[in-house]
Amino acid sequence: MAINGTTTPIAAARLRRSGMTRKSMFLRRPFFTMALAITFGFALCAIFAPQLAPFDPVAQSIEAMMAPPDSVHLLGTDSYGQDILSRIIHGTRYALLIGLCSVALGAIGGLVLGVAAGLASGKTEWILLRVIDSILALPSLILAVAFIAILGQGVDKVIIAVALSLIGPFARTVRSDVLQVKVQLFVEAAGLMSIPRFTVIRRHILPNVLFPLLVQVTIRISEAILVSSSLSFLGIGVTPPTPDWGLMIAEGRSFVSFAAWMSGMPGLALALLLIALSIVGDAMREEFDPKLRTGR
Amino acid sequence: MTAPLLDVRGLTLHRGTKRILDDVSLTIGRGETVALVGESGAGKSTIAVALMGLIDKGDAVIEGEARFDGIDNLVGLTEKQWGKLRGKRLSMVFQDAGSALNPCYTVGSQLASVLRRNLGLSRKTAQTRAVELLENVGINDAAARMSAYPHQLSGGMQQRVMVAIALACNPDLLFADEPTSALDVTIQAQIIRLILDQTKTRGASCIFVLHDLALASQSCDRIVVLYAGQVMEAGRCDVVLRDPKHPYTRLLKSCVVEIGTQNLDPPEGSVPPYEAMPAGCRFSTRCPRAQARCADERPPLVETQGRALACWNPEWTR
Amino acid sequence: MLAQSAAKIFQTAVVLFIVSVASFSLLKLAPGDPVMLMLGSEFSQESYDSLQRELGLDRPFLVQYLAWLGNFMIGDWGTSFVSRADIFNFVVIEALPVTLTLTFCSIVLAIVVGIPLGVISAIRKDTIWDTVIAVFALTGSAFPSFFLGIVLIWFLAVQFGIFPVMGFVAPWQDFWLGMYHMALPALTLSTYFIGMIVRVTRSSLIDVMDQPFIAAAKARGEPRWRVVWVHGVRNIAMPVVTMIGLQLGGILQGAVLTETVFSLPGIGQMLTDAVLGREYTLVQAGVMLTATLFIVINLLVDLSYPLLDPRLRPR
Repeated sequence: MAINGTTTPIAAARLRRSGMTRKSMFLRRPFFTMALAITFGFALCAIFAPQLAPFDPVAQSIEAMMAPPDSVHLLGTDSYGQDILSRIIHGTRYALLIGLCSVALGAIGGLVLGVAAGLASGKTEWILLRVIDSILALPSLILAVAFIAILGQGVDKVIIAVALSLIGPFARTVRSDVLQVKVQLFVEAAGLMSIPRFTVIRRHILPNVLFPLLVQVTIRISEAILVSSSLSFLGIGVTPPTPDWGLMIAEGRSFVSFAAWMSGMPGLALALLLIALSIVGDAMREEFDPKLRTGR
Repeated sequence: MTAPLLDVRGLTLHRGTKRILDDVSLTIGRGETVALVGESGAGKSTIAVALMGLIDKGDAVIEGEARFDGIDNLVGLTEKQWGKLRGKRLSMVFQDAGSALNPCYTVGSQLASVLRRNLGLSRKTAQTRAVELLENVGINDAAARMSAYPHQLSGGMQQRVMVAIALACNPDLLFADEPTSALDVTIQAQIIRLILDQTKTRGASCIFVLHDLALASQSCDRIVVLYAGQVMEAGRCDVVLRDPKHPYTRLLKSCVVEIGTQNLDPPEGSVPPYEAMPAGCRFSTRCPRAQARCADERPPLVETQGRALACWNPEWTR
Repeated sequence: MLAQSAAKIFQTAVVLFIVSVASFSLLKLAPGDPVMLMLGSEFSQESYDSLQRELGLDRPFLVQYLAWLGNFMIGDWGTSFVSRADIFNFVVIEALPVTLTLTFCSIVLAIVVGIPLGVISAIRKDTIWDTVIAVFALTGSAFPSFFLGIVLIWFLAVQFGIFPVMGFVAPWQDFWLGMYHMALPALTLSTYFIGMIVRVTRSSLIDVMDQPFIAAAKARGEPRWRVVWVHGVRNIAMPVVTMIGLQLGGILQGAVLTETVFSLPGIGQMLTDAVLGREYTLVQAGVMLTATLFIVINLLVDLSYPLLDPRLRPR
């Protein structure tokens, strides 16, 4: 773990507490290491998709419709004769792209709202808190559905919709971190020395909030991927023939009784990625977030 | 002399490499009151907890022998066998009654459930008996208090309820683990008095875990002085405390601040960590009379001058 | 105490207000003109203006909002542009009970399965049981529910024919048949939740079992099963109920997907169809309803704390 010059008192204390002196995290958590390797595997698939995929993911073929897995089409073909393995490999791109972009955008939105709510006081704070509450009152999928209704379908729209739906949870955690930092002496002192508010935020608040936010980002990637593939599954996210896992699962659904591989293969890929990501996220949370530590 | 109610020999408790209790021996006769005293960390409470079979299993290993009225050895009983003893023949009053009572159930239901499970009373008789028991321990308006939750009672009241629960089934032996450390000084005496009276009328024996020598000398027949899991000196309170032979007992006694005393020097040094514990007498690192062999050779606990004493270089003269 | 509850209720009302403004704005922000949508391709300026006036769409935003809110309160949610059906009837009377049945069954199933598993892994901490349950819990809560539904259909319905593939039978008409049809959807939806309950049960029970009153309960001769299940489990009610409230959003969104997989005519189905058919009033009704459900249930959770923990009751 590289700690560069931006290490802040809180972050450093967390690192110390989380046991820099003990065995490496990778040795202590074999499940985490495995999950991380799988995640990297998916990332490689996404980067080198054109090189890895044996077929064009959108090339249809009437001769090879709904072929079960064999030596040519390792994971079979779908109802348009498209090679499922190639579509899964290319689908990794969409899953990770949508996941990463929407989480990044959502984190920025949450950061702004959370810092504002954390620093505000009195009525403004109360109102901002209620705004966050109302965003949180809607599950991210329902929110994303509402935004899709306004925005329309497509990869870019899905990214925006999912990002907007993640602002609430991010804002909540950022706010609680801001509250912790705010009461610390160096921030109060800076305030007393009448250092401009924005400088205080940039110099003292942000660095202390960014590290926990980064942990949150890794935890929430799986949620973003789940929501985006759910949208595609519902048929209101990414449009065909984009090789998206959610879409592929939905397409295969009607053929489940005689061509189970059509849904099964992309479904397994999605499940594997989500499980790996949530193991990584859990480990991050347990290592770096003292508030959420479980009884282990 | 008749056989003692509880006869503990060589009780040792390891937790990993740490030896929490080191070869502890003590006895208690029927109807007798014994005080376990020592600094915090001396293992007083651990002895009580171990003899109730409540040590967290984990990496703990208990050795030794504890003969209890017809049971050859308490050490190594199964959980099922313990279930037949606890609450019925062995019982315990905890340090902080506030956290030792389940916050989610009324005191009445906790008391009545002991009576019903352990004595097989019916729901109705258990209720009546519970009210009697609460009255016995000096709770006013006991019938109304039955439906109170623990947090609605004062600390002293909570401890009274604990005493009532612990003595509900007339146990032979009661462990009182610093029963007053969480209470106001004015209430401490009342609770100690209550425990003594209640055990006396039932003819039960009582092991008090205390860190207050004065309290021990006033309330108990015999005393066992512990240091870092080893027995230093044990015997009748009047004998041991009037004329302590062990340097540690002397040190403890000198710490009792009496009104008008000029001597307020705290004892020097502190208990060493378990890794640095000497193989012999554990007090040897702080002992003013330590000799060369004290740190390496464990002095045996021998009967001498009306007490049991474990010291190579005791203070025979005053 | 009373003041606290009042403040809580006021906060909830404000949150509901914000959600209502937002979901009303959704209607306004949505692309496409409802007037044009209703009139079809051929219409004159006069008929456009008259319909706009009739629908009240020419009035200022605030007036429109207040009118909408008033109608919403009295259950007049408008009619669907496409099917011309009454939306309140369609959403609340027909779709909502289906979703609620599914959600309720899943929560019950998750509690019945999750708490025992959590208890076992807490009292068998750091054993193989604990690890197996942890792996199960993690897999369950990370596994995408819509895919799990398909797997269950393929396995239990298609391969073995134990359960019906899809379809909904109202349990208030035929309880057992309803439950039989609800089994696979509820199982699908609850796996996510089981994982959550297992974790929260495990971690809070481990904390509780370290409390002195547990040792005290053993010391007065309570058998082990009573120590765990009576003294221990009673004390984890609060964290478990809190978690259920917080995760309700998760379960509602799972319900949307599960309904689609099993073709259950609930809010989820309705919402998806509405988005595809560009029926913004329906989308908005669905959004309002989900938010209200979430907010009201969390209010109930907050207000239930004194029931769960006597220490929070007034002295």
